[in-house]
Amino acid sequence: MSEISIEQGLLLSAALFVLGLIGVLARRNLIMILMAMEVMFNAAGLAFIVAGSRWGQADGQIMFLLILTLAAAEVGVGLGLVLQIFRRFHTLDADSLNGMRG
Amino acid sequence: MIELLGWVPFFPLLGFLMLALAGRRLPKPPVAWVGVGSVAVSMLLTALIGGQFLSGTRQPYRLVLGNWIEVGDLSVPIGFYLDALSLTMMFVVTGVGLLIHLYAAGFMKDDAGYARFFAYMNLFVSAMLVLVLADNLVLLYLGWEGVGLGSYLLIGFWYEDPNNGYAARKAFVMTRIGDTSLLLGLLLLFIELHTFDIQALMFRAASLWAPGTALPVAVAALLLGGAVGKSAQLPLQSWLPDAMAGPTPVSALIHAATMVTAGVYLIARTHDLFAMAPPVQWIVAVIGALTLLMAGCSALAQTDIKRILAYSTISQIGYMFMALGVGAWSSAIFHLLTHAFFKALLFLAAGAVIFCFHHEHNIFRMGGLHRAMPLAFASFLIGSAALSALPFTSGFYSKHEILSAAYEVSPGLWAAGCLGAVITGLYSFRLVFLVFFGVQPQDVDNRLDWRMSVPLVLLGVLTLFGGMLRIPLDSVFPGLLNPDRNLSLVSVATIAAPFLGLLIAVLLYFKGGFSTLPLAGFGLINRMRMFFFSGWGIDTLYQALAVRPFYFIAKANKNDALDSLYTLVALLGREGHLLARRSQTGHIRWYTSSIALGTVVVIAIGWLS
Repeated sequence: MSEISIEQGLLLSAALFVLGLIGVLARRNLIMILMAMEVMFNAAGLAFIVAGSRWGQADGQIMFLLILTLAAAEVGVGLGLVLQIFRRFHTLDADSLNGMRG
Repeated sequence: MIELLGWVPFFPLLGFLMLALAGRRLPKPPVAWVGVGSVAVSMLLTALIGGQFLSGTRQPYRLVLGNWIEVGDLSVPIGFYLDALSLTMMFVVTGVGLLIHLYAAGFMKDDAGYARFFAYMNLFVSAMLVLVLADNLVLLYLGWEGVGLGSYLLIGFWYEDPNNGYAARKAFVMTRIGDTSLLLGLLLLFIELHTFDIQALMFRAASLWAPGTALPVAVAALLLGGAVGKSAQLPLQSWLPDAMAGPTPVSALIHAATMVTAGVYLIARTHDLFAMAPPVQWIVAVIGALTLLMAGCSALAQTDIKRILAYSTISQIGYMFMALGVGAWSSAIFHLLTHAFFKALLFLAAGAVIFCFHHEHNIFRMGGLHRAMPLAFASFLIGSAALSALPFTSGFYSKHEILSAAYEVSPGLWAAGCLGAVITGLYSFRLVFLVFFGVQPQDVDNRLDWRMSVPLVLLGVLTLFGGMLRIPLDSVFPGLLNPDRNLSLVSVATIAAPFLGLLIAVLLYFKGGFSTLPLAGFGLINRMRMFFFSGWGIDTLYQALAVRPFYFIAKANKNDALDSLYTLVALLGREGHLLARRSQTGHIRWYTSSIALGTVVVIAIGWLS
């Protein structure tokens, strides 16, 4: 079993993060934005895992578990909000939901 | 006894506090007891202190109650200073003040604001006592402003009428001009001499300054400005006739015991400074002479009984200023004492007349009162005799001293004073003849409360014999002159002057004789009458010189040029807000991109540096 170097791991993590960010920025559907955010969370989690295995410490995995919990909670709240928004405005288009402008 | 000095101003203050806090819930008798009683206690204390002072060595006594202000090298104690001068003033303020308070208890008995009235009166007396007893100029200034406040409150006592409020404001603003000058004067004294203590100031001024140099002249001129405002002398005299808007006991208090005498007291108290500034002292004398003539002429043309008395006060204070100006300090204070008696008597008698005539003020609608109101008639006769300085009344001795002192310095001043005495005799007996002789136009309510008649009798006695109550002031003032008691031509002329005025008054106003009516036909004389009636047009002058330009500036500057600075600040804030608002688009993706961009920029900065 060949070792995966930290550079490769971190590159993958960064690529995932940027993909997620692009998703958040480019998508207009709220559900798609939430999904892209999940990708970003997981990218951050991957970076922790890679770093944890590089130094042989459990902290990386503990942090990943924390992020997992966080992401689950975030999805719970986020989807709830999405549901409410859809009920009230009958749309999930992030650009047309711009009522709170200055 | 003398250690109780601090209680003398305290009791009226206590009376003020009690009446101000609880007066509205008290019925009238206890209000009168507190209001009159507080001054009576002060009067009693004054008598005890005065007895001890006069029977002792008459050394000045100083009582320090505590520190008022203590900053750096500035130290202002709450200290009282008793010498023959302040004792005389204390007797005037508490004695005459007490009689006026007693009279007011009867005069104001039907007024709804009984407690408020006595609260103000007590405050007024208390402030005046602080003024005359203060051992430093700051405490004196406190009393000075307290007197100004008291006069404002009392002149505008019947505040429902806007005219009274206007008169009160006028008195306050005009005396404030003088107050500012006084404040500048005492600050200048402090800057130069580093103390506010009056005795120390006089000593240091005498040892550090050369007479006639710029500093004493400037300081004396500034102090004179304050005295002129408070004592209603030219050119700041026009508030006093309007101050008649207040109830009659207030007029008596302002004119006789407090307020207008403050200016005379101030100059007498700081006489060393004035003696070191001969030009200013000369101006004091000239102001006095001009004022006494001007006010006398104005009194001739008035029809309101109280305004005649008001102008006569201005005129008599003019005599005091003349005395101060020629260095006859003790004669000025003597005239202040006798004037307090006879002017209080005249005002209180006038109040009785007004009271019984159902608030009629016009002397041409009065007449024939000598049968209906013998007490008021006798009071007026005695008061007018003293006012015009007929022999053997107290006013005669004081005015005679002033005029002979004036003759020593300048015959011109003496001549002005004698002319003033003629005019005084004329207008005082014009008043007496018009009010008390001739036909009585209406029935009068001639029952006087005992509280009103007793002060009249006592003041009448004091007016006749009060000259004997003079406290020798040699310990305070340098004995500059020895009055000429010879029966010279000057002396005869001085004595005869008021009789000339009396004679003219008899001819013109006593049972016909000559009539003034044809005279009024001449345009010139009529115009002169109007000129005198308006108090020499001073009000019109100020209206044109000060009030109108002020209105004009106020109108021109309606948008307030200075305020635009602050409008600019507000404008910048609003524009900034509009700019920042643009970034709040409401698009989530815009916010996210800003966050991402911001993060990239921060990281880049961290990387590059």
